[in-house]
Amino acid sequence: MTQLGATLDVAVGPGAAGTPQPPASHRRRQPVLLWVAEHVVLVALAVLFVAPVVFVFLTSVMNNDQALTSSLWPDHWAWSNYAHVFQVAPLAAWFGNSALYAVLATAFMLVSSVPAAYALAKIEFRGSGLLFTAIIVAMLLPPQVVSIPQYVMWTKLDLTGTLWPLILPNLLGDAFSIFLLRQFFLTIPNEYTEAARIDGAGELRVIWKVVLPMAKPGIAATAMFLFFHSWNDYYGPLLYTSEADPDHWPVALGMATFKGAHSVDWSTTMALTMLVMVPVVVLFFFAQRAFVEGVTLTGVKG
Amino acid sequence: MTALSDTRPAGVPRTPVGAPAPRRRSGLRRHRQRVALLLVTPALLGLLIFFVYPLIATVFYSFTHYDLVSSPRWVGLANYKYLFTQDPNVVQAARNTLWFVVFMVPIRILCAAAVAALLTRPRRSTGVFRTVFYLPALVPPVASVLAFVYLFNPGLGPVNRVLKVFGIEGPLWFNDPHWAKPSLLLLAIWMMGDVMIIILAALLDVPRDQYEAASIDGAKGYQKAWYITVPNLRPVIVFSVVTGVIAALQYFTEAAVAAGVASGKALVGEGTGSGLGYPEGSTLTYPQWLYVEGFSNYALGYASALAVVLFVVAAAFVVFLLRRTKSFTGSGS
Repeated sequence: MTQLGATLDVAVGPGAAGTPQPPASHRRRQPVLLWVAEHVVLVALAVLFVAPVVFVFLTSVMNNDQALTSSLWPDHWAWSNYAHVFQVAPLAAWFGNSALYAVLATAFMLVSSVPAAYALAKIEFRGSGLLFTAIIVAMLLPPQVVSIPQYVMWTKLDLTGTLWPLILPNLLGDAFSIFLLRQFFLTIPNEYTEAARIDGAGELRVIWKVVLPMAKPGIAATAMFLFFHSWNDYYGPLLYTSEADPDHWPVALGMATFKGAHSVDWSTTMALTMLVMVPVVVLFFFAQRAFVEGVTLTGVKG
Repeated sequence: MTALSDTRPAGVPRTPVGAPAPRRRSGLRRHRQRVALLLVTPALLGLLIFFVYPLIATVFYSFTHYDLVSSPRWVGLANYKYLFTQDPNVVQAARNTLWFVVFMVPIRILCAAAVAALLTRPRRSTGVFRTVFYLPALVPPVASVLAFVYLFNPGLGPVNRVLKVFGIEGPLWFNDPHWAKPSLLLLAIWMMGDVMIIILAALLDVPRDQYEAASIDGAKGYQKAWYITVPNLRPVIVFSVVTGVIAALQYFTEAAVAAGVASGKALVGEGTGSGLGYPEGSTLTYPQWLYVEGFSNYALGYASALAVVLFVVAAAFVVFLLRRTKSFTGSGS
């Protein structure tokens, strides 16, 4: 009961401060009902949101025959499905390709986009407004609008059939990352960069010694966004990798063809689905703060 | 305030003849200009190579017949004429994409706002709930689609089995032309976490004293919601609507994978063209049709015409957005 009381105090606290207090009993009863109602709704919603993953997991440990029946709980736990996935598809190669794509794209983006974002946020220079507008427009346009000439370009360079057309452009900046990094850098007070300059630091030194340490969470969030964007990318690899060459696919493309091409049974497919979901969830728990801050800053700050 | 003009604040006086300090400072300023240009050069090149040039080339290709083997041949407005009068699939593709813009964008935002509102009160469990509602947004979309097509598969899917317990005969979901788009909408709602986090942050950012002042003035709960919460949320809502519309205009992956898995066809290779849109073209989106024409049929000229039309529609929204730059980029604050 004390815990409930404490919760109520917190819940009522800010709004009620400074207002004439209604009789205590009246004030208490309504929040209790509200508290119960809100929690019932929240828990029900949470169950609905978790249920898909639970069902996927349960099916992934059923044997094939049982997955085709109406039972919801596995008779015996067929962990072998997870080994089976690796046998029927070049899963190691898929994960390797995804990792290569995501890691290189992120590294290249950081090298090219951090300096650009810094210049846009902290140096006044002619044309910065125009450049920033162009970056926003590039960030917002559907990729399909410009994918035809890009495809022609990469065909002429003989790089289609690989993931390089998706990795290399990051060496020349990524619009969304520049936008996001700029928003983060804007939150660093100018006094810090100015002080470093007065002490005689060049701009590169200001980036290295002042901006990087202070913007670590922002840079981490931006890097993770691009990492996940690349890891999850389906349209890009569909466009550039070869249909006949599954060994060059990333996992997002491979798993889309998995049911049907490599396996007809749901339990193996759901085991693969779990294998793709779990690393993301684990990474989230390690980097929760950066994620939430990052998403928040895309929309709210600035 | 555009940064084109303001290298020097307007009020700064020009110091008279040959005072040494300003000269050094303007030299420093010029030096910093050069450094800034150096820092943005890669990004500038990237914009020119991967954005400005392709945009111009797309417009050029759209007036040509081009199949990647022979060089582009000028055909004038023929592609546009075909697009607007003859193409048997473009109307359905455009209508499907419009459906996603009209239903997916507002419903996702409303759901996200409702859940966010439930999470504003500080309580011990907030972190857990926030994680539960946010995580699906991080799951790779292809994995989410596989999960949903399984959950909603008509024969033995858990959803229809659970519905049966309540005496409801579930629909065919992803296999029914009338239910395929709503099924994708359910998936999109499940993946609304990113919108929810943004709205939640904005809700928590609303200054407390505004509510207190309103309470002192005797405002009712709904009055506070309408006159304080909604105006404070406006920038975030504008942002969510515009980015949501842009995302809906390029909606591709979930619809493509769902069609492929539900139809039982592998989507890469032979099935690329035929699997899309299943069932009966009900999930064929405009960007998918562009993809089929451009990269399955290698009608690059015609696909470019489709791209130009998509560009015009998307640009209309970008212009709308830039008019509200203040609520978006922060250059106004």
